[in-house]
Amino acid sequence: MSRDTHAGSSRMRLRGLIRKEFLQIMRDPSSIAIAFLMPVFLLLLFGYGVSLDSEHVPVALVVEQPGVDAAEFAAAFHQSRYFETAVYPSTKDAEQAMMAGRVNAIVVLRQDFAQQLRRKDGAPIQLIVNGVDANTARIVSGYVQGAWGKWLEHYALQRGLQLEVPVQMEQRVWFNSELRSRNFLVPGLVAIIMTLIGALLTAMVMAREWERGTMEALLVTPLSMSEVIIGKLVPYFILGMGGLVLAVGMALFLFEVPLRGSLWVLFAASALFLVTALGMGLLISTVARSQFVAGMVALIATFLPAFLLSGFIFDIGSMPGVVQAITHLIAARYYVAILQTVFLAGNVWSVILPNVLGLVILASVFLGVTWRKSRKRLE
Amino acid sequence: MLGRIYALVIKEFLALLKDKRSRIVLIGPPLIQLMVFGYAATFDLKNVPFAVYNEDRGVESRELLAAFDGSPSFSRVAQIMREGEIAPLIDGRQVLMVVHAGPDFSANLLGGKPASLQVIVDGRNSNTAMLAINDVRDIVERFNRDWMKQHGNSQPPAHIETRAWFNPNLESRWFFVPGIVGILTLLVTMLVTALSVAREREQGTFDQLLVTPLRPVEILIGKTLPGFIIGLAEASLIVLAAVFWFKVPLLGSLFTLYTGIVLFLLSGVGVGLMISSFAATQQQGLLGAFIFMVPAIILSGFATPIRNMPQLVQDITLLDPMRYFLLVLRGVFLEGMPFHLLIPQFWPMALIGIAAFSIAGWLFRHRMY
Repeated sequence: MSRDTHAGSSRMRLRGLIRKEFLQIMRDPSSIAIAFLMPVFLLLLFGYGVSLDSEHVPVALVVEQPGVDAAEFAAAFHQSRYFETAVYPSTKDAEQAMMAGRVNAIVVLRQDFAQQLRRKDGAPIQLIVNGVDANTARIVSGYVQGAWGKWLEHYALQRGLQLEVPVQMEQRVWFNSELRSRNFLVPGLVAIIMTLIGALLTAMVMAREWERGTMEALLVTPLSMSEVIIGKLVPYFILGMGGLVLAVGMALFLFEVPLRGSLWVLFAASALFLVTALGMGLLISTVARSQFVAGMVALIATFLPAFLLSGFIFDIGSMPGVVQAITHLIAARYYVAILQTVFLAGNVWSVILPNVLGLVILASVFLGVTWRKSRKRLE
Repeated sequence: MLGRIYALVIKEFLALLKDKRSRIVLIGPPLIQLMVFGYAATFDLKNVPFAVYNEDRGVESRELLAAFDGSPSFSRVAQIMREGEIAPLIDGRQVLMVVHAGPDFSANLLGGKPASLQVIVDGRNSNTAMLAINDVRDIVERFNRDWMKQHGNSQPPAHIETRAWFNPNLESRWFFVPGIVGILTLLVTMLVTALSVAREREQGTFDQLLVTPLRPVEILIGKTLPGFIIGLAEASLIVLAAVFWFKVPLLGSLFTLYTGIVLFLLSGVGVGLMISSFAATQQQGLLGAFIFMVPAIILSGFATPIRNMPQLVQDITLLDPMRYFLLVLRGVFLEGMPFHLLIPQFWPMALIGIAAFSIAGWLFRHRMY
């Protein structure tokens, strides 16, 4: 047999297998739901729901002795969109409100606030924050500092005082100047959702064939193991890309995340990531042998690692060395880095290429191990 | 009746633990994940790489920049000489920020004019950027205070004294580790329950179970107990690790904590069984488990506050048992909240559990394939 006809018959076999997979997918609509409905539903829910931009933080302002100075200070809080200020007459009431979770912070102006303002040391303003949510506590304390600064400027201007600030910090935030958290959360969410979809589509596929004994039937045909794997991959890849186009479209047009890199880099990287995610599903499915165990592994190994270890929300650089090393095993880590860069910064090859390499390595490992494990089981 | 339930529980445990792989999957990963996630989930910056671009020749700028080297948040990885070097460093993610002092920094400072310190931050992860800016602001403010004290300048008319309740050093790990207790408990209950009925349906053994003398309530109890017992054991283990390994203070009473854990397990197991009995195949069971678990965790207030969500999404979170459980965990761990203050969190979990169990029991009999 010449090589040409050999290649031709291989192509035909593959086409037959892919057609069979497609027919199977069409019969159980849950795959189509996973690929098309899930990204839309989850991205809608999370894109609107997940935000780190705190506004209208409830704050208790305790004014023990009302007066002109206190009112001026309070005005800085009432004008700020960051606060929802409630005025309390005594610290005790405010503390009760904080205990009950009605306010996140307490700002206290003491009885002698007006007198102390005129002394050399200045008046102390007490700020008590609820430290349970340390991140919000820090943000709130930053906001209070901001309101204090505004008031200080106003105070000095009115009295013709010279405010002395030795060093002034000037901040410039690149790529996201308004610090809009949605701009980085939405690309990260796309990565998490695609991880789920990739694993959900394929995690059960091989296990099901083994469990039902149809894998043996497949293997007595002239199909080679690589052809079986490709045949499984292609239909789900096409489905997954459909879902991905939807997700990226929503990120761009619904959530208005700016796209500063090029669309083709975005899709090329996404296609590569999808192959990796599907490969992970196939690997789970092959190693687990039963659908039951495959399902459990998929629950454990996909969502939470992608959520917590991908750099989606927690900075990888701040994790201890061992944990940083573990993040290298998480495909979403590379994809999140690529997405955040391509969306917000542009085609920065020094970021994209190493991460693409990481994905290529992971994908080869996943598919390679799947291939080996499947072959061995025949012997 | 007790004998029948006992037999079913034994059978369920065997089905879960007989297979070596499923045994490993059930016990190993949650504990490993606790260790890994416990260290990963933090908003405290550590050794963030930054570069210094100092055009000033004075001692003062060097003094201020030395304060950055002393901070655990930052670690200096580069010293640059030209403005053109900033962009490649930040674009390529080699540094998160560049701190820039202009040529007249010291002169301005000594001359009583405001000296400006420019901070250029990579905003790709805007939360990390904001945290870095906050840390820089703290350093600059401390420098200013010392400077004014040393040079006898007049103080501003008022200053802020900050105190944090419940978590004086604002360690974000104290916030996240109790949250991880909740996440992993949910994960374990999903592992045990979400596929249990679906598997029997797919293999046809559920019909056999229905024709035995077992009543649906008994089947429900038999299916519930393994998930409940395994969940309780793992939750206890995770709580122990949180207290003794991560050293998160546990101020409240164990009774209050366990009331929360038991109610949360009931709602989690209930929802898991409901999903499982709704699914015709294990694939659908897995899909259902994800569709419940992923929003339940992301919208629970674990990482991003519920208060920041739009009202509609906030209303949706009322259906999420994790939301209540997280408040119980953080309240009991960090605030030492007494039982009666947590009743508003307890009853919704109980309600979700009862509703889910009723639906699951109904589906047992009415969903036939």
